[in-house]
Amino acid sequence: MNRPAAADGSPASASPERGTPPLVRPVGDRGLLVELPTAGRTEALHAELLRRRAAGTLPPVSEIVPGATTVLLDGLPSAQAARRLAAELPGWDVPPLSGGAENAVEIPVRYDGPDLADVAALWGVSEDEVARIHAATTFRVAFCGFAPGFGYLTGLEERYHVPRRSDPRTRVPAGAVGLAGPYTGVYPRSSPGGWQLIGTAPGTVLWDPDRTPAALLAPGTRVRFVPLGDGGTDGDGDAEDDGGVKGDGGADGDGTAGASGAPRTPNPKERP
Amino acid sequence: MADGLETLRPGALTTVQDLGRAGHAHLGVPRSGALDMAAHRLANRLLGNPETAATLETTLTGCAVRVLRPTVAVVTGAPCPVTVAGRPAPWGQPVRVPAGAVLDVGTATHGVRSYLGFAGGVDADPVLGSRATDLLSGLGPQPLAAGTVLRLGEPQAGGPPPVPDAAPWAAPPRELVLPVVAGPRDDWFTAEGLRTLLTGRYRVSAASNRIGLRLEGPALARAREGELPSEGMPLGAIQVPPEGRPVIFLADHPTTGGYPVIGVVPPAALDAAAQAPPGTPVRFAPATP
Repeated sequence: MNRPAAADGSPASASPERGTPPLVRPVGDRGLLVELPTAGRTEALHAELLRRRAAGTLPPVSEIVPGATTVLLDGLPSAQAARRLAAELPGWDVPPLSGGAENAVEIPVRYDGPDLADVAALWGVSEDEVARIHAATTFRVAFCGFAPGFGYLTGLEERYHVPRRSDPRTRVPAGAVGLAGPYTGVYPRSSPGGWQLIGTAPGTVLWDPDRTPAALLAPGTRVRFVPLGDGGTDGDGDAEDDGGVKGDGGADGDGTAGASGAPRTPNPKERP
Repeated sequence: MADGLETLRPGALTTVQDLGRAGHAHLGVPRSGALDMAAHRLANRLLGNPETAATLETTLTGCAVRVLRPTVAVVTGAPCPVTVAGRPAPWGQPVRVPAGAVLDVGTATHGVRSYLGFAGGVDADPVLGSRATDLLSGLGPQPLAAGTVLRLGEPQAGGPPPVPDAAPWAAPPRELVLPVVAGPRDDWFTAEGLRTLLTGRYRVSAASNRIGLRLEGPALARAREGELPSEGMPLGAIQVPPEGRPVIFLADHPTTGGYPVIGVVPPAALDAAAQAPPGTPVRFAPATP
């Protein structure tokens, strides 16, 4: 078993970036939840799982679902296959991710959100500086959830993490760009929401089931926000575009889903 | 459009279902698909349909459709009175339905969800390879409403296979005994909480739906406060919100969540859960490996 670096008990082995092996927990009889010490190592393991699946060296799984610091593997062919992978995976040598911005998806954004002033105050900078810092950051889709096409983007430095609004809005328009905790996200469709809104991404369709791929953002996708000039080269400005999503269902949707009674979507602190 | 089905009575909730769209959970897309997968598959087998064909899934009160072209139909899942053009017709056996006749699927006598299969399957525009209605995220066809017209697919050449004398079928449970594999977050609960899960008497709550089977009964004591960073949620997850009553995730469940999952019910055991009406007693038993 080729252990990752620093299994020799040196001080480096305590480093969460390389040392501690992942913790593998059973999920039913044919699934595993792999827990990692950091978000960075979670993203690296997710990339490694996709590499191994593409290379045909991963046992068949029906789902590979990253979370904030976990990856869920579900639908292994047998309980035995699940046990074998659980035993083997902690010994994998997983290379860290490269931080490059190549092939980043560019999302044009107007920094005009209703919470821009609040975020500027929390950051201790001007509103223009919020836009500059946000647009200078290369983000990465850590995981998806909440609604089809919604990506939780990481990349902002910790000092720029902000709390959710204490008073969530009952309606956030599609295309709104928000911040909460370590995350940035773009609402794929109109919904209730509690993130701090700093801008609008007009014309970006995050989810279109008739498009291939349907989701603009998948886990691992790199993202950059490109500020739109004051003149507005943003086309029709249709912030209400729902990206072709049928109906208004969803976790907070139309009643058939049991709006308030529905099991929760992501962690309430993270839920958009 | 004049050769499919016209909805006369949609019932409490009738949706188009098939095998669902597993494989997209990482994009926030629930798998969806028939809740009682065995009953849905049986309907297709009795009709000689490919396994990917879609059926209609009813909820407690059935539904009625006018058939706009001659077809062969079958009702499986929750047993219920079936009539064709006002005359009694068998449940669980393919029946010929002439053009213009009304196929009426009555209120379930036991169980919750009946499946109406048609030769050639119910046709609708697939989304990510599935025609299933997903009530959490709104993908797939809308639930049926009075007047909704649905297409039917082309039947297989040669017609339905010979009718068997009897098709095996598990009756809806009087008591739901669900196998459970502990974890992944059983360490978020006290020993007492884990014992409560395996010894407590629960009942199916009326707030249950295609997203989750909600239970009434003793709360499960947590060993730690707070919430988890969002993590992937599997089908059959027993998620425990802060008030402590477990919710079992069914086909339209959210793909990520922040409440701890104390255990997971293997998906093969969920067909029975789909047929347990509100008030049904529920127990959990350790899954045998």
